[in-house]
Amino acid sequence: MDLSAINPTILIASLMVASTPILLAAIGELVVEKSGVLNLGVEGMMITGAICGFAVAVETGSPTLGFIGAAVGGAVLSMLFGVLTQFLLSNQVATGLALTLFGLGLSALLGQGYVGITPPATAEVNFGPLADIPVLGRILFQHDFMVYFSIALVAAVWAFLKFNRAGLILRAVGESHDAAHALGYKVVYVRLMAIGFGGACAGLGGAYLSLIRVPQWTEGMTAGAGWIALAIVVFASWRPVGVLLGAYLFGGVTVLQLNLQAAGLDKIWGIPLKVEYLSMSPYLITILVLVIMSSGRGRASLNAPAALGKSFHASS
Amino acid sequence: MKITTVLTGAALALGLAGAALAQDKVKAGFIYVGPIGDGGWTHEHDIGRQAVEAEFGDKVETVYQESVPEGADAERALTQMALQGADIIFTTSFGYMDPTINVAARFPNVKFEHATGYKSADNVGTYSARFYEGRAVQGLIAGRMTKSNKIGYIASFPIPEVIRGINSAYIHAKKVNPDVQFSVVWAYTWFDPAKESDAAKALIEQGADVILQHTDSTAPQAAAKAKGGVITFGQASDMSEYAPSPRVSSIIDNWGPYYIRQVGAVMDGTWKSENTWDGIGAGMVKIGEMSDAIPADVQAEAKALMASLADGSYHAFTGPLNKQDGSAWLAEGETADDGTLAGMNFYVEGLTGDVPN
Repeated sequence: MDLSAINPTILIASLMVASTPILLAAIGELVVEKSGVLNLGVEGMMITGAICGFAVAVETGSPTLGFIGAAVGGAVLSMLFGVLTQFLLSNQVATGLALTLFGLGLSALLGQGYVGITPPATAEVNFGPLADIPVLGRILFQHDFMVYFSIALVAAVWAFLKFNRAGLILRAVGESHDAAHALGYKVVYVRLMAIGFGGACAGLGGAYLSLIRVPQWTEGMTAGAGWIALAIVVFASWRPVGVLLGAYLFGGVTVLQLNLQAAGLDKIWGIPLKVEYLSMSPYLITILVLVIMSSGRGRASLNAPAALGKSFHASS
Repeated sequence: MKITTVLTGAALALGLAGAALAQDKVKAGFIYVGPIGDGGWTHEHDIGRQAVEAEFGDKVETVYQESVPEGADAERALTQMALQGADIIFTTSFGYMDPTINVAARFPNVKFEHATGYKSADNVGTYSARFYEGRAVQGLIAGRMTKSNKIGYIASFPIPEVIRGINSAYIHAKKVNPDVQFSVVWAYTWFDPAKESDAAKALIEQGADVILQHTDSTAPQAAAKAKGGVITFGQASDMSEYAPSPRVSSIIDNWGPYYIRQVGAVMDGTWKSENTWDGIGAGMVKIGEMSDAIPADVQAEAKALMASLADGSYHAFTGPLNKQDGSAWLAEGETADDGTLAGMNFYVEGLTGDVPN
């Protein structure tokens, strides 16, 4: 057996599809955590987005409306978390976990009538002649719009946090809510907006699963993707570029190892491949690369927002 | 008296009343590995649970817990269910084997039934279905219908049950189509639609035009449908929402009659630890309706195979068969014994790749 059984252009194209749901959820969670809120409910918001997007797309016949519905669904669910943690000052960890359980149950209920339905197909963006360029055309110019949107979103979040005054305020709130409050910023509202953004992104990620990657609705279909997204934010030490790299690495190695297995490869360059090691490789490689990348600057652990997970009340 | 005291008293009284009521009812618990809406394995177990409720009505109470991880956390879920007063608990996945044995030792008065495993105790029975008989029928149809001679197989974990299925499907595909090749992908999960879908896509991209799955969701069916020109089989459940194509037939697990029998045995006190392993003949394994996508002669051939498996005139593992390394396993006309099948950890001759550890 040799590597020729695997077509590298199709492989790269499919790894981008496999990575997009985690990427969307992770970039949303990054913004939430940058504002000093730890929302462990990503899984619940993803699955709710998956069914909201699926239902809207099936009912209207439009995948675009489906994605909008997913973003709204995820954001609305996240507001539940927002109200509980920001106004009623509940514990963020417990509330986030509860949000996951709630989302899983709610989505199962909403999805009762949608099992076994095929959603409307999402068209590829038409780049005209660009799509016909050999190799590059397949890799870069034959995707659905969400793939481009997710990458653009990462760039936008990066620019927002780095160059924008509002981004600076968001980071200030995440680093020291007392100082931000003393300067007159509305800590709770900034955080609510961040939570809503995170919910919308998670919802989009979930809908990408149910509308494009699988495509179908199945109860519990996120199967832990939300937790992977949470882990990637930490291992990327809260940097958008790191999130992009982490998500693509994880998705990429997952798809690659499945392709290696399907091709029946038992060794590459003389190194024997064992299925059991291949299966754990997405987790290992992603963690390893992100840890090494952050340790280069020697401040991996210092990069966490200082007020992460702490409740804020103006009286304190 | 303070309001809290009143409430506590009321709660206690209710609790006692509940306990007294529960004495009359048999409580049957089910531990599921996936959500009941997975459309496959867990879905069918839950239909079996509902059959128990329908059969016994008020005399039985059923409880279940979904998506219980295999391993240490299953012990917690099992212990909780036993403490809640379950009289019999069905643990419906291979990975619950050791947790079931451990918890059963602590609750000698609770009956346990573990699916697809091989460890039993005085209060732990085991049950499984001879899915490999269904796999034989699938293999035959797959071998007859493939044009690329490449069959993709999405496997879950390298346990005997899954390996038996791969072997059985391969033997019967090879019998009708000597050029057939199997690509096995180990997903290392029972339920992860995204991963199952990715695995199906990887196999299809590499030329497979038949996808067999031993994972629980309908995601591979959706992937095959999106790609087109590929046939699939429903796994554990009929998955008829993907018929007539890509899903051309299915293996249906029919647990209801067994669950009714065992819960009934608990009621009349005749339950004892047994090892049940039924196939097509006993009705525990059913073959879903074959769609028109299967040519009539292949359907007839498949039905003849089903009939011979059902009446016992043919065994799915009949020699001559060699193991993958070429060493002899079964001589001409010899059939595999249940002990070897229950612990099967090798491929038959002709399959490529290694069985992972």
